[in-house]
Amino acid sequence: MKIGLFIPCYVDQFYPKVGIATYELLQKLGCEVHFPMGQTCCGQPMANSGYQYLTKGCDANFIANFAGFDYIVCPSGSCVLHVKEHLHDEKQEELAAEMRKKVFELTEFITDVLKIDSIEGNFPYRVGMHVSCHGQRGLKLSQMTELNAPFFSKPEQLLHNIKGLDLVSLTRKDECCGFGGTFCVTEEAVSVKMGQDRIKDHENHHVDYITGGDMSCLMHLEGILKRQKSPIKTIHIAEILNSLGN
Amino acid sequence: MSSKKTIQHSEAAARFNKDTERVNWHDETLWFVREKRDRSANQIADWELLRETASKIKNNVLSNIHDYLIEFEANAKKNGITVHWAADAKEHNEIVHSIMAKHDVKQMVKSKSMLTEECHLNDYLAEKGIEVIDSDLGEYIVQLRKEPPSHIVLPAIHLKKEDVSETFHEHLGTEKGNIDPQYLTESARLSLRNTFLTRKVALTGVNFAIAETGEIVVCTNEGNADMGAHLADVHIACMGFEKLIPQRKHLGVFLRLLARSATGQPITTFSSHFKKPREGKEIHIVIVDNGRSTQLGREDFRNSLKCIRCGACMNTCPVYRRSGGHSYHNAVAGPIGSILAPNLDMSKNADLPFASTLCGSCTNVCPVKIDIHDQLYKWRQVLVKEGHTPTSKTVAMKTMATVLANPTIFNIAGKSGRFVMKNLPGLVNNKMNKWYDQREMPAVPQESFREWYKKNSREAKAKDNE
Amino acid sequence: MSSKADILKKIKQNQPALITDLPDLSVLGSEEFDVLETYKTVLKNIGGDPVEVGNYAEIIQYIKANYNLDKRLITTIPELSEIATLDWTNDDPHSLQDVELNVIKAHFGVAENSALWVTDDLLGQRVSPFIAQYLAIIVYKKDIIPTMHQAYEKIGNQEYGFGTFIAGPSKTADIEQSLVLGAHGARGLIVFLLD
Repeated sequence: MKIGLFIPCYVDQFYPKVGIATYELLQKLGCEVHFPMGQTCCGQPMANSGYQYLTKGCDANFIANFAGFDYIVCPSGSCVLHVKEHLHDEKQEELAAEMRKKVFELTEFITDVLKIDSIEGNFPYRVGMHVSCHGQRGLKLSQMTELNAPFFSKPEQLLHNIKGLDLVSLTRKDECCGFGGTFCVTEEAVSVKMGQDRIKDHENHHVDYITGGDMSCLMHLEGILKRQKSPIKTIHIAEILNSLGN
Repeated sequence: MSSKKTIQHSEAAARFNKDTERVNWHDETLWFVREKRDRSANQIADWELLRETASKIKNNVLSNIHDYLIEFEANAKKNGITVHWAADAKEHNEIVHSIMAKHDVKQMVKSKSMLTEECHLNDYLAEKGIEVIDSDLGEYIVQLRKEPPSHIVLPAIHLKKEDVSETFHEHLGTEKGNIDPQYLTESARLSLRNTFLTRKVALTGVNFAIAETGEIVVCTNEGNADMGAHLADVHIACMGFEKLIPQRKHLGVFLRLLARSATGQPITTFSSHFKKPREGKEIHIVIVDNGRSTQLGREDFRNSLKCIRCGACMNTCPVYRRSGGHSYHNAVAGPIGSILAPNLDMSKNADLPFASTLCGSCTNVCPVKIDIHDQLYKWRQVLVKEGHTPTSKTVAMKTMATVLANPTIFNIAGKSGRFVMKNLPGLVNNKMNKWYDQREMPAVPQESFREWYKKNSREAKAKDNE
Repeated sequence: MSSKADILKKIKQNQPALITDLPDLSVLGSEEFDVLETYKTVLKNIGGDPVEVGNYAEIIQYIKANYNLDKRLITTIPELSEIATLDWTNDDPHSLQDVELNVIKAHFGVAENSALWVTDDLLGQRVSPFIAQYLAIIVYKKDIIPTMHQAYEKIGNQEYGFGTFIAGPSKTADIEQSLVLGAHGARGLIVFLLD
């Protein structure tokens, strides 16, 4: 199984350890993983700002880099959702359509494609799960509290066999952190307030770490935590799942 | 209002956030309403099926609304109701005024109607020398304070009981400092009872209009619509044309959803079906377009006309809860307001579709399954294309697009300046780094992932071992 | 009239080309639960008081014990003439402003939300259930149905000028979301559940 590793641009630049964890984890799970060096960004920051019409270049570059893989896997629900919903190419629309179906967020790839229910690991901390909106409500990685429907969570399920990990139950289980792409600067006041309130919920449950499937949300929360000089740390779920030594 | 310069949502929201305690209270109070909604919805095993059914009924209405309107008017006339048609807010206000003038009446009691807020009816009638008293308690409070409602179901949710106490002390002569909601409500009850007993014209909104029977349904908890309508000689009911539903039995679906979605109640206290006027009295129905037919023609946005005004999307919206209804500068605030408002005035309301993180919670609570967050995304695209975004943002976006489309430039830009973070729009042409105001920047690592990969990937290592 | 033509023309042009089907409602409302118990529980939750009675004599007894008979009590039910007046239905509705208690009958009640369906013929005057300080409604236990779907099946093509579902006393939470009973309509609602 040949996997194209799709690493969000800001992860590449600021959080290489998340890319490394994802790469190592997928290899441990028996995948042949390649990182196409020409990849840049899926175009989401522009599209969500209303400039989807400017993303044709990004789309073409994405297709050029990722065509030919069996699957495209990415440690970010938000970027995956963007590709799934908006990847187009007038010249090769069939190929774009096929690729939209091949792109997966990391945890859903593990549970749904690799059919792995749980992963061994070691992470002896109290952990709060930040459920990122695009992964949850967009990709349906976990059940949404608004619906009258049975609970499930693909990321949480994978954490069950991590030794020592104490997953807390938050008061507001799936409220947005306020990152929202360019929203984090254009609506700075509300964005920060939303982030502070999310952090308070985790603090009230005495967590050591906040984890999640989207580094963008975690980057926003980390920025606030650091400013508050909080001892709480953020960690991407790939890093926890990759916690067993290589 | 349009004559004044509109304060952008982000600016109004920043002001709202200056009072942290008040924001926390506003957020928690509305979250509590959302939780009541959840509990109520979870008690109905068929909840999701009900939403789906309601959505399908409304889809049918939108696709056949022309014929339903004709059917409704014919049946309403048969029932002895007078039907008026208003193309826009101005005509709506003129019709209402003409009915008042015909009866030579200078005072009106009004129950909640977001449509009359949309049309600014109160201001219009005031200019004509007509006194309007809003009888819904929340609307009454904001009217006394000369403020617009901040929420379509909970008009005074931005106020604390201390504020209401002050207002009532000033206008109704209640005891200074008495903040007991029971006492304050009782004072309003006494004052408004006198209003109900002396008004000859009562205006109400319409929750549902039934094509099959020509009747209208008005839902309240307070009983104010009924107190007004049954004591007046003339009942004027104003409705956007999208309030139509095909048959009476469809009310079974909507009345199960409406109050549960709005406040978590199983149904509103009163769900009143007005079919015929009392003997010798009059019922007038004003059917209003005011941009709705234009919205009907916008394929991506016509679903917004399915809205039954429950307010659930506001209560669940993390942005609304932390910015307050007034920051949306539109009669209908929150997520639904943000997809309705640009249709009315694109330039004035260009900021609203951006007042969202696109988290999607609104879409999930919507009882008629309007794809609210997808429409917010689509409005952004339309607003950009129509030129309603700042030039600086467009320039930044174009630069970003060029860089991101070209791996070579991207790698240079990325190495030297951590390109994406630096170019988040808003940072451009802005002295202050808006990220940094209340957040730290992420630490810059020794090497990027791709730099690590070049050295450490399986292929790289295999090469090294050759 | 020209606005009507313009609006309809624009709607016809802009509405979707294909008329979508109306959904099947028969699959809804099949929830199974104890109808009477649910009715009582829901009514209590929304501020109403259920009172189970065997006959009109018990209703009269209850009212005598709980209301001041010196105040104005009205009804549309001849069996209650001993405690309430019947001759007000043709009066000016404003004259009902001093009514303390109004006792009326409902066609049926709905368990899921405790709403009672009443129409002009049962109300005497449309304003009567709203203007009275307190309201009592009589309904036969056998006429409690599960959900709103059965309610509208029962209403069917019933002819009325005005009809309303009443669920609990009038209420508001417009001041800081604090629930206050007795906003503009009745301050309290008794539902007599008759065998």
